[in-house]
Amino acid sequence: MSRLEVRAGARAVAPMLIGIIPFGLVVGATCVSDHFGIGAAIGLSTIIFAGASQLAVLQALAGSGSAIVAAVAAWTINLRILLYSASLAPELTHETTRRRLLASYLLTDQAYAVCITRWKVDHGDRAGRLSYYLGAAVTLWVVWQMATVAGALLGSAVPADVPLDFAVPLVFLVLLVPTLTSAPAVVAAAAGGGAAVAAAELGAGELSIVVGAAAGIVAGALAEARQS
Amino acid sequence: MSQVWTAIVLAGAGTYAMRASFLGFAHRLTTLAPWLQRVLRQIPPAALASLVVPALLRPAGHLDVTQARLYAGVAAAVIAWRTRSTLLTLVVGMGVLLLLRAL
Repeated sequence: MSRLEVRAGARAVAPMLIGIIPFGLVVGATCVSDHFGIGAAIGLSTIIFAGASQLAVLQALAGSGSAIVAAVAAWTINLRILLYSASLAPELTHETTRRRLLASYLLTDQAYAVCITRWKVDHGDRAGRLSYYLGAAVTLWVVWQMATVAGALLGSAVPADVPLDFAVPLVFLVLLVPTLTSAPAVVAAAAGGGAAVAAAELGAGELSIVVGAAAGIVAGALAEARQS
Repeated sequence: MSQVWTAIVLAGAGTYAMRASFLGFAHRLTTLAPWLQRVLRQIPPAALASLVVPALLRPAGHLDVTQARLYAGVAAAVIAWRTRSTLLTLVVGMGVLLLLRAL
């Protein structure tokens, strides 16, 4: 482990915490206000550890009461993590399987975004990659656990007035911009963003992110094939 | 109550399987076919745009090009492009959003 890289990873996700903390508070508070209790809030955050899908599980349970419906809703939302896993895997081939399986548990949008931008755009040192990843991912994990527990304890006392949630797309934006280094990348982003909006408008719900990403990948790959 | 835990365990197991899907077999990915490399290269811009664009164009769950988040996002994108500074992008994005909401 490289301490320097651990710290760099933690620093990279620090601005995201502005958006993550209020989100975690809402998820914790929702769990308690739906009468599932603080134990379930902790279970959701530690066992699933993916914000939007945690809310979807609560929503499905409160609605239909079916555990299968709730789980399918969560899987659908989290399908995009498959793409992150595929995108990060070739960057971590030098690590042991055991380490990669442990690192997998911590994979989130935020951890993926800071790492891929760092590794692909800035070409960080290969040996320090897992340290950087863990610095980012563990920071997110700890803050997420604290925020959801705090939300469960505070309940609906969480203020919704300041639009802190906007910090999340803003940070993704900062990470998106430097990936747009070639014409095919711009095509991938434009098609991805456009298709995600179109799919959402057509009622694809949380699945729209995966639909958008898939459309963007195909469009970008075709653009690159035509170019070469 | 057991239903809650069944849902949590099922959702968590499936989510972990997706997280480990490729990372768990990364040792077999040391040599990648060119077409696969081409596909993998598109994931960062495609996935990040799929997260960002809907958040700017339909923050309330429906397409709306007259709301403040879109314009705050465009201003933030210019700052992100020119400076690559996360802090400055957050300050400008949040600032424009609060300003437009106050108008």
